[in-house]
Amino acid sequence: MKINLKVWRQKNTNTSGKIVNYVVNEVNPDMSFLEMIDVLNGQLVRKGEDPIAFDHDCREGICGMCSMVVDGRPHGPLHGTTTCQLYMRNYKDGDTIYVEPFRAHAFPIIKDLAVNRGAFDRIIAAGGFVSVSTGQAQDANAIPVEKAVADNAMDAAACIGCGACVAACPNGSAMLFTAAKVSHLNQLPQGKAEATRRALNMVKQMDAEGFGKCSNIGACEAECPKEISIENIARLNREYIKAVFTGE
Amino acid sequence: MNWFQSFLVSSLGQKIVMSLTGLFLTIFLIVHLVGNLQLLHDDGGQAFNLYSYFMTHNPLIKTVSYLLYTGIILHTIQGLSLWRQNRKAAGGMKRYVKTSTATSSFAGRNMAWLGILIFIFLVIHLKDFWYVMKFTSQLEMITYPGQDHEVKNLYQLVSVEFKELWVVVIYSISMVVLAFHLLHGFTSAFQTIGANHPKYMTLIKVVGKLYAFLIPIGFAIIPIIFYCCK
Repeated sequence: MKINLKVWRQKNTNTSGKIVNYVVNEVNPDMSFLEMIDVLNGQLVRKGEDPIAFDHDCREGICGMCSMVVDGRPHGPLHGTTTCQLYMRNYKDGDTIYVEPFRAHAFPIIKDLAVNRGAFDRIIAAGGFVSVSTGQAQDANAIPVEKAVADNAMDAAACIGCGACVAACPNGSAMLFTAAKVSHLNQLPQGKAEATRRALNMVKQMDAEGFGKCSNIGACEAECPKEISIENIARLNREYIKAVFTGE
Repeated sequence: MNWFQSFLVSSLGQKIVMSLTGLFLTIFLIVHLVGNLQLLHDDGGQAFNLYSYFMTHNPLIKTVSYLLYTGIILHTIQGLSLWRQNRKAAGGMKRYVKTSTATSSFAGRNMAWLGILIFIFLVIHLKDFWYVMKFTSQLEMITYPGQDHEVKNLYQLVSVEFKELWVVVIYSISMVVLAFHLLHGFTSAFQTIGANHPKYMTLIKVVGKLYAFLIPIGFAIIPIIFYCCK
């Protein structure tokens, strides 16, 4: 297969970038999207050009490292899929594909397609954890958790923190990410002790990072590779209102 | 900042202001429509004129009307402010070279533009009727049998206005804009205050869709009927 790529190239955070055209010949339909870029980078290196910088790690759809906006959609056109799990068999010979970085004020571009998602780490550091004394691990069944609650918390915990929600949101909002983390922990008995502080501090940090304000468009939910529902955003809204009006 | 101020400036606080004022304005639409439908009575405007007299003289309604003006202003200012903040957060107007609209609705993406158009319509609409009724003495006074006071003949002003084709066109187009604004706004308002649960979300969505179609249609048929058939 022959694929025409239009890739965003940008030297660093402070320079402006532009779209550069590339042609990748001999693309195997069983290659992943990232492997196709590996092939292109091989060509560029052999020609003595600068390879395209992009984030990747596990390449099996669970780490949240790969990013890229493919034809205007974070992680490409497939539902519930990361870029590393997007295979070239979904494209036809001669297709033209636009590849751009995740864009948001809070995600500055490091180089080409790699963006700095440190803002997410700082939101987690503000409350996305459970404080426990270390020591002997407790018996797993010692704390009963109702099945439906465990399921909801598990669904929210599926968030891999990739930032596709921010890249998809026309407002550049990080509500789905923050909501998933708060939903995951605030529903479980282990997380309830810090529920109020968590909701307040994580939202405060999210705002401080310069993310946009959720207007319930739902693009985040549609693009999320882990199919996190915006019901979690409603839950965060409830947790936050409760924390503001009833918290100490 | 005390706790309440920091709540109001937080992203969720700002959205809750939008949601609550939005829901209040949404409820107002029904009240306004029910009143307006009296224009369609075949009584030369008696029912409508008595109703508009009541609406401008009842102290409770007057109080609510000040709340309404405040609601409109808050919703507009807060909305424009959120729009400006969100443009910046998303990384400017030109975000992606290739944009996709596959995962967002037209209404959802364009709430601010729809809102601005509705605001412009409101200015025109208030100037057409509210201003003339409240601040000028252009309207003739009539006393209906059985009444001990004069009422302003607002019905006559309405029937003159709606004989102009361009007025009818502007009013009808504005109701299409309102329909799209409601299509996103209705369910969105519930989501913001945390009301999204598989148990009742389908109901909210269905009612929201019906509301977004029926209310604007109800408003739009009035100028159309006046233009063609009265």
